[in-house]
Amino acid sequence: MTVSARIFFVGGLTSFRALFYWLTPWIYIPTMLIAPLFQILLFAYIGRSAGLQSDKFYVIGNALQYASIPCLFAMSQSIGGERFQDTLSAILVSPASRIPLFFGRSLPVVLNGAFVAGFSLVVGSLILGVHLPASSLAPLGLTILIAAFSCTGLGLMNAAVSLRIRENAVLSNVIFGFLLIFTGANVPLDDLPDWMSTAAQGMPFTHAIAAARKLADGASLADVKGLLGAELLVGAIYGVAGYLLLRWFETLSRRHASLERS
Amino acid sequence: MSSLRLVLVSWWLQFKMIMRSPFDGFGNVIYPLFFATTAFFVFRAGDSPRTLIYASLGAAVMGMWSSVSTSAGSAMQRERWWGTLELLVSAPRHFSLILLPSTLGLATVGIYNLVATLLWGRFAFGIDLTIEHPLLFALSIGGTVLSFAGLGFLFAVSFVRFRAAWVLGNFFEYPVWLICGFLVPLALLPTWVHPIAWVLAPTWGMNAIRESALGGTPLPDLLACLGLGLAYIGVGVMVTDRVLRAARVSGSLSLT
Repeated sequence: MTVSARIFFVGGLTSFRALFYWLTPWIYIPTMLIAPLFQILLFAYIGRSAGLQSDKFYVIGNALQYASIPCLFAMSQSIGGERFQDTLSAILVSPASRIPLFFGRSLPVVLNGAFVAGFSLVVGSLILGVHLPASSLAPLGLTILIAAFSCTGLGLMNAAVSLRIRENAVLSNVIFGFLLIFTGANVPLDDLPDWMSTAAQGMPFTHAIAAARKLADGASLADVKGLLGAELLVGAIYGVAGYLLLRWFETLSRRHASLERS
Repeated sequence: MSSLRLVLVSWWLQFKMIMRSPFDGFGNVIYPLFFATTAFFVFRAGDSPRTLIYASLGAAVMGMWSSVSTSAGSAMQRERWWGTLELLVSAPRHFSLILLPSTLGLATVGIYNLVATLLWGRFAFGIDLTIEHPLLFALSIGGTVLSFAGLGFLFAVSFVRFRAAWVLGNFFEYPVWLICGFLVPLALLPTWVHPIAWVLAPTWGMNAIRESALGGTPLPDLLACLGLGLAYIGVGVMVTDRVLRAARVSGSLSLT
């Protein structure tokens, strides 16, 4: 295995496990597995009360959108957590190539985000009696994976900003809130003001949620390839922007000796 | 009288600290606003006779609950992290009188939450709220704050044996939003949920605020809310005694 591949796979996994040393089942289960179910139930019942959309609409929207919690928080933790444990300078002083270093940390986050969204979709559907065609399950799995990738790209930007600010938990919550409103998870894009539905086109989840809803209604993977391509593109743009931002803030932190400022 | 003074001074100190915390003073205020905004859009786009005013009041109380639930669970844990828990426990006052102002401070921030949500609804969504019984509305808010503080206090002392107390606090945010009738009428929920909602003070606090704002009879709801709040405090005091005795016996007060 080459050095870069080792940093990417082994380093990324080790970092994920180390940063989440506190992520015991006592924390993981309520935060990642039960909370999204309550979010789904909350909006499904609000939808029933308001008479707006079916349960399927809210199950799909919220299950996918909840992947933002693991993706945003884990990526910001990859910087904030290292700083908290005084290991950030040791990492950034190493001569390791930054691409496998930072993107390696993203891979477990993508997989975890996809697992959380997939679990929420399946269990949420079972609880509310939402029927998903068997033929749609594999394409839905791919859609979820792409959505998690896309949001992890945004998470990389969030991680970069964590080099400059202390309260990355607050920032992650704020981004989560914007995704909740804008991406069509709970409000159809047609019912949002024009500027909001336009802005949503550049956000993670918007295209993936639309694709997932079509798949659940019986569309084939070929029917939604445009939406999935757009979601991938959005994620890739955020990922590249996040990487560039990380490098820039790393340079600034060295220049201003502000790496350990917390 | 000196106990009341202790509670008031501690409450003011805690309130000032919370307002300077980016997480509690800013994050906990803005976070429920996103849910409120989503709910406003859903109700505006829907075809239900339930009005935006109904949603506005519910979303406002959601914010009040958020400010308590996410941070109260770890209130005692926080003192432990800061290294001040032993000092507070060894103070000559009952520990409850020291911990309660902390959750009372969090609940007071909830008023800020409530006002922010109502103003957001007014200016961003044009939800014009006319309060039918202003005095009863103010009393209902006060009673709800007190009962939220009581429930937060019970959380704080009950979760202290768990390292991840903050998770449990977070965990109760959504369920209370859902089952206490903030945005979804209790009648829409399964019947087995109703008894759970009845023993939760937020259900009655929400009813009292809605009844006083929209015109109705809020007093029975307000009394139920206050009664439950006092019961939470009573149970919390008993739990505090047990927890502290157990921690002293096992020498585990400062263990995290």
